[in-house]
Amino acid sequence: MTLALFLEQLLNGVQLGLTLFLMAAGLTLVFGVMGLINLAHGSLYMTGAFVCATVAGWTGSFWAGLLAGALAAAAVGALVEVSVIRRLYARDHLDQVLATFALILIFSEGARLVFGDRPLWLDIPPALSGTLALPGGAEYPLYRLAIIAIGLGLAGGLWWLINRTRIGMQIRAGEADREMIAALGVDIRRLYTLVFALGAGLAGLAGALVGALQSVQVGMGEPVLILAFVVIVIGGIGSIRGALAGAVLVGVIDTMGRVFLPAGFGLFMPPAEATATGSALASMLIYLVMALILALKPKGLFPADA
Amino acid sequence: MREGLVNLALIALLPLVALGAQAAGETYFVTLVTKATILALAGIGLNLALGVGGMVSLGHAAFFGIGGYAAGIAAHHVFAGTPVLGWPLTVEGTDQMPLIWLAGIAAAGLAAAAIGAVSLRTQGVHFIMITLAFAQMVYYLGVSWKAYGGEDGLPIYLRNQFPGLDTGDAMQFFALAFACLLAGVALVWQVSRSRFGQALAMARMNEARLAASGISPYPVRLAGFVLSGMIVALAGALFADLNGFTGPSMLSWHRSGEIMVLVILGGVGRLCGPLAGAMLFVAFETWLGGLTDRWQLFLGLVLLGVVLFARGGLIGMLAGRARHG
Repeated sequence: MTLALFLEQLLNGVQLGLTLFLMAAGLTLVFGVMGLINLAHGSLYMTGAFVCATVAGWTGSFWAGLLAGALAAAAVGALVEVSVIRRLYARDHLDQVLATFALILIFSEGARLVFGDRPLWLDIPPALSGTLALPGGAEYPLYRLAIIAIGLGLAGGLWWLINRTRIGMQIRAGEADREMIAALGVDIRRLYTLVFALGAGLAGLAGALVGALQSVQVGMGEPVLILAFVVIVIGGIGSIRGALAGAVLVGVIDTMGRVFLPAGFGLFMPPAEATATGSALASMLIYLVMALILALKPKGLFPADA
Repeated sequence: MREGLVNLALIALLPLVALGAQAAGETYFVTLVTKATILALAGIGLNLALGVGGMVSLGHAAFFGIGGYAAGIAAHHVFAGTPVLGWPLTVEGTDQMPLIWLAGIAAAGLAAAAIGAVSLRTQGVHFIMITLAFAQMVYYLGVSWKAYGGEDGLPIYLRNQFPGLDTGDAMQFFALAFACLLAGVALVWQVSRSRFGQALAMARMNEARLAASGISPYPVRLAGFVLSGMIVALAGALFADLNGFTGPSMLSWHRSGEIMVLVILGGVGRLCGPLAGAMLFVAFETWLGGLTDRWQLFLGLVLLGVVLFARGGLIGMLAGRARHG
């Protein structure tokens, strides 16, 4: 194992982790503040990617697409919150699961109707299409570094928003005691819509960013959604800090496992078998890590109420 | 009383439709009724965890798929003439359904015990997410297991056999599936009336009271979860034989969602709710799927409507308020 390969994969893992964080942050906020489990969060991720690809195609500017994608996802999120999600806060989790599962079906078919059946392609912006030389000699794509920078910037921004602003104070108060904050004259319904739209916008941004690395297609949000669930289960539901730690952990373990497990098995197995066993185990690795963490800390690494 | 009548009518409806279709020479409809029967069995199994025990599992596709893979793998080895296991003891493939079912149910039981042991340490949203995550793990295992078809899955060229029946005949295969459904309904009915079933229901309604009466909720839930997974596995084995195919699609989380959806369409916690739900689901899929490729859009809208406005499901409309819920 060379240093270059190790660094490259480490950065890939961190990049995956930060996109997962953008998904997980919204999920965990929505759960923490409104007590809602939202399976349709992946649909908002998909919305961001589709709108970004379409707008970038029209204007020729990736950045315009990125902005449009995030804003469109936030707007769709607000719309869905007002029309459907709002009715689910008082319901049990089963109803929430079913209603948001129904939303996935509606969004997926809706996306096919609006954007067509074929996947869309999104090009990396020219300014970021280059590479950067890593110590050890590998060339690392600038675009992935930009995703890492954007992810870290947003994590910082979110921390500032929640801990240092008036809105953030209301969000934290909403997590602690929603009757009390409503009694103090805060429009709790508007706050909920705002939190949901914020989470949706972050998911849309993540979808748009990742859309340039892979194809933009219906269903692209679902594997990411499930990974984001693993992230917040590991990190502790309702905790932004936990989401960040869990996301980077999951991103790095998953990426490293896929590269190094087959290589590791290759040391004492024939190559074909090592690849098969190693990659099968690698695809299950983060779930096994999740099981291990749950066995030790059932509430996750950073439980929100601690 | 009224619910009992509705239940009997629902159970009688399946063979009546199948016989009618057979008499009219419409073998395709016999296959559709068989599909509804098998999905109803899966729903009955899930309902034991979901409706009786209050465990909102989004991971039952894992058990459905394990049953399906049991049928697929056994048939694959018979077809290829290779043993399933060469070491430490030789296990040959088989095309006998009773053996396949036993293997599938046992494997799913073990998987459910492992998954349940970890996920039942948590509750509520955690439980939903963790069951979903573990089912996804089993899905990736299926995708990456190249020896058994990987992403493409395994075809079952010749439907597996049952002693004394010609399973290739649509009507006889329906009868077999229907017998399994009846057995499943009877089992769940007996279980929910038993002391164990009462404890399981109490674990849903008031955990503290159950604990206070000297019964620890965790093992009760775990046993309910395992039994539920085993019933779903039988449905999975039948489903694979019906389609002549098994693959990762049986393990996908959409499958978990679908089984849950048909339980809800029929009415949660109702003994025969899944029967009504499965018939409705298959009818919907066939009728709307024939009209438009976008039928899932309408399924989503109907489901959303049922969840928001008609919480008792179909049985709730036919038989009045739920006894509990």
